Amino acid sequence: MATPESVTTSGTPILRLENIGKTLGGKRILSDISMDVDKGELKVLIGPSGAGKSTLLQCINYLIPPDEGHIRLEGRVVDASRKSELYAFRQQVGMIFQDFNLFDHLDALSNVSIALRKVRGMSRKAAAERAMAELERVGLANRATLYPAQLSGGQKQRVAIARALAMDPKVMLLDEPTSALDPELVGEVLAVIRDLARGGMTMVMASHQMDFTRALAHEILFMERGSIIERGSPAELLAPGSGTRTADFCSRLTDLCEECS
Amino acid sequence: MLESVTTIIEALPYILEGTLVTVATVFGAMALGLVLGVPMSVAQVYGALPVRLAVGFYVWFFRGMPILVLLLLFYFGLFQLIGLNLSAFTASCLVLGMTSAAYQSQIFRGAIQGLPQGQLRAARALGMSDGTAIRSIVLPQALRLSIPGWSNEYSILLKDSALAFVLGTPEIMARTHFVASRTYEHLPLYMTAGALYFVITLIGLKVLRRLEHKLHIPGYASHGPL
Repeated sequence: MATPESVTTSGTPILRLENIGKTLGGKRILSDISMDVDKGELKVLIGPSGAGKSTLLQCINYLIPPDEGHIRLEGRVVDASRKSELYAFRQQVGMIFQDFNLFDHLDALSNVSIALRKVRGMSRKAAAERAMAELERVGLANRATLYPAQLSGGQKQRVAIARALAMDPKVMLLDEPTSALDPELVGEVLAVIRDLARGGMTMVMASHQMDFTRALAHEILFMERGSIIERGSPAELLAPGSGTRTADFCSRLTDLCEECS
Repeated sequence: MLESVTTIIEALPYILEGTLVTVATVFGAMALGLVLGVPMSVAQVYGALPVRLAVGFYVWFFRGMPILVLLLLFYFGLFQLIGLNLSAFTASCLVLGMTSAAYQSQIFRGAIQGLPQGQLRAARALGMSDGTAIRSIVLPQALRLSIPGWSNEYSILLKDSALAFVLGTPEIMARTHFVASRTYEHLPLYMTAGALYFVITLIGLKVLRRLEHKLHIPGYASHGPL
């Protein structure tokens, strides 16, 4: 894969997507997605179900390899055809899944420490110490010896966040991290993500948590049928009477919530 | 009646010695089946097409023939053909082990494929190579889930090991047959043999059940009514 001329200047985005496209089973899932994510930025992907948000996030760390386009981390194009480069890249990009995907056979501490040991090659003791520090960070040090089946949904997701943080990622991808949670558990997970955002973690997050997005997102990307059709700050896109698709979609989300409650 | 009891008492040490051979045969065959079966299952799930086809052929071959045919085919046929001069015991272990590998690989394959897709995805997202993810994440879970199926394989293999007597392996069945053909005390002798198999099955299944409990992950799979 040829490496296009890199544009290393002081303003290099930490993560850059260039014209990402993906076709699955003859169906166009993503077309021509580009974005620059600066250090410390929180970008939120919004859009109806089937818009391609989840596929896009999984394309970014090559869990679903994109057919077209390039992904650059700190200006360098990732060559996913080379296994070692792919694995090294993934270590720098943390991922949080909607359904947590904790390793079911490992307790919370081992869930966090296993990649430190098996990927980073840390000793059992050093990995456990680091894992404990990450569990403390998400407020779960007292749950270290519990297994996933013994944790609540919110606790599972916080362990998953600790697991990703332990690898010192440069970017975090979050795929609807609160969608599978009972309403009363959403808050504890969002609080952890909010602390990360305030601490300067670079994040791309698919979410329908509009209050959270309004308060913390630097940019909203509204996706539909595999394309980004609107982008801008929450203030621009969500202003009353702005007439954007985003505002329309979000007001319908809000209506739905009010109907429920 | 008294004669029968005397026959059993006289033959028992001889037959019990066969118990050791039976247990050794089953142990060897289960171990070989495990060592071959695990990589075969991984290859069949994650391997490239030619590898998957090769494993598929192996499984089809060993599951497609009666064990009696396989034992005779290998011992008197294929092993001779390639110049291997094996004892009846070794040959029985090998043939039963290779056959068991075919069955065991499918137990493990079912367990691997039953794991949620997200397990492997999460492992990859952390930067694990596929090999590391399979060793550290997939197999520890899949092998635990395989223990009930594996105990089935054990009890079947134990009884199949009686067929090794056609090669002259001096196990329970061969020794019982030998004594019975001389004393004509068929009923008490074969009842003794049957009882021995019964006891070995029971002990083995107890041990495996113990293992299952020992390796049980809290909350992961339930044991009986909650």
